[in-house]
Amino acid sequence: MTNPADNLTDRQAGSQGVNLSVNLGGLQMKNPVTTASGTFGFGPEYAPYVDLNRLGAITVKGTTLEPRKGNPTPRIAETPAGILNCIGLQNPGVDHFIREDLPYLRNYDTPVIVNIAGNSLDDYAEVTRRLSGAQGVSALEVNISCPNVKQGGMVFGTDCMMAAEVIRVVRENTTLPLIAKLSPNVTDIVEIAGRVAEAGADALALINTLLGMKIDIRSRKPFLGNIMGGLSGPAIRPVAVRMVWQAAQAVRLPILGMGGIMNAEDAIEFILAGATAVAVGTANFVNPAATMDIITGIQQYMRDNGITDINDLVGAAWK
Amino acid sequence: MSFSGLGEVVMNTKVGPEHFLMRVYVPQLTKLAKPGRFVHIRCSSGMDPLLRRPISLHGIDYGKGTISLLYQVVGTGTRMLAEMSPGDGIDLMGPLGNGFTIPDGINKALVVGGGIGVAPLFPLVQSLKHYGIEQTVLLGARSAAFVIGREQLESLGVKVKIATDDGSFGYQGFVTGLAEDVIPAAKPDYFFACGPYPMLKGLISLTKGFGLSGQVSLEEYMGCGVGACLACVCKNRTGGGTEQPASAGGFEYKKVCTDGPVFEASEVILDD
Repeated sequence: MTNPADNLTDRQAGSQGVNLSVNLGGLQMKNPVTTASGTFGFGPEYAPYVDLNRLGAITVKGTTLEPRKGNPTPRIAETPAGILNCIGLQNPGVDHFIREDLPYLRNYDTPVIVNIAGNSLDDYAEVTRRLSGAQGVSALEVNISCPNVKQGGMVFGTDCMMAAEVIRVVRENTTLPLIAKLSPNVTDIVEIAGRVAEAGADALALINTLLGMKIDIRSRKPFLGNIMGGLSGPAIRPVAVRMVWQAAQAVRLPILGMGGIMNAEDAIEFILAGATAVAVGTANFVNPAATMDIITGIQQYMRDNGITDINDLVGAAWK
Repeated sequence: MSFSGLGEVVMNTKVGPEHFLMRVYVPQLTKLAKPGRFVHIRCSSGMDPLLRRPISLHGIDYGKGTISLLYQVVGTGTRMLAEMSPGDGIDLMGPLGNGFTIPDGINKALVVGGGIGVAPLFPLVQSLKHYGIEQTVLLGARSAAFVIGREQLESLGVKVKIATDDGSFGYQGFVTGLAEDVIPAAKPDYFFACGPYPMLKGLISLTKGFGLSGQVSLEEYMGCGVGACLACVCKNRTGGGTEQPASAGGFEYKKVCTDGPVFEASEVILDD
């Protein structure tokens, strides 16, 4: 049992000893740790395991204008140190989210980042308008990189001009901090990062999943219901760290780094590569309290290394 | 309410050709346990396999604070489970999901298990017995060696009938064939089932012909186990069980982990 007094001492030392707060393109976060969209539902799913008030931000499941059914099963396959998924943006639609899910999140003292996706520029514009008018939305993460939907998604994210166009349309319709979530399935991450920065993004999120697939050798057919899926988990971490490193040096925007972060050491690696904040995704499935452990671990690392401000670590590997 | 943390393995014994029975001391989880719910187990402390494995509750001992799990070794995760020894710590989340509910007014239940699908039926059978509901249990397996738990069920005083694919024990053929023979005589007024999808699909169609309603426990590849990732879904009829073909869009995907794993049989649409 933890003595409540010890806990209090820890908190005070945490807040007084080191500064964990960061600013992600206008989004003020009390620490740099958020959840990766699609791995944390709308928040309540993990409330039994996580103190949602302790998170730097909650990033919710990808939301579209109309409800989406999602893809046929199987939607998930395990790979060495990773998973492939092809959920297909199943979600109840933006109006349902605002009416049914957002009020719950307003109970917490934690900013909410809403991930948005669309089939067309008009979809993105309309979702943006509806969310911008909703109380309790702190930032938008624009998904131009989902590998699992036929229209939109990655199609926008892998074409520089289309990616920039989506960001421009969202920008025109909101004053909320705008985070562009980039696809790693591109030839040059730096070029696309530059284009979305010019189009008005306030921050970049990278990386989304890497396109992959698995074939069942018994049936001799693709394993996943949607044939291809997005690879996440520790297997992709080195790719993600490399892309954060490249984008951070090329573009003057804060970065939300993600891709296989399992623990505080992994998170710190992303921060050193240039991420201002980090998102925890697949790790939630393995350890439901992963985000809490990571926040504590980052604090500990800072104390152990005499770092007083987390911002001093951002990009320290190349600065 | 749900527990997440370590339990202690108190027993882990081979009980069939590929089957193990594990008992875990984990009082905080046990007190919330119910037939049909499951635990989500981290089999490796490393990164491979990465995901937890959902295993249904096979036994619940509220007094001793233990749960038991009957599982079949089918891959890396379950092989790692089979290698655990008494005294080992085991990382579990749970109990998760919605279990079986015993509707008011039922008198005679048909309980059907196929393969490792028998596992969650044991605590159900005990509950049914507790409520004084008469029951016939049908077990389907590949062959005689794969019939697990017959003696334990019989020791509870319930009627057990066996079907094996190869006829090496009991009825030769699928358990759905056995059910077709048994239903007219046993005259159940409700059914419960767990097993592979083709069996459940056959059984749902068969029981519908007899005007019998029931509940099925489903299994699907699972990610988070808490309803966040939407990996483990199954097609569910919309509009209160009306007959709409799936092609007309008359279904929605429901989450096996939190909406189920037990569903009303009339709600689910199982693909081939």
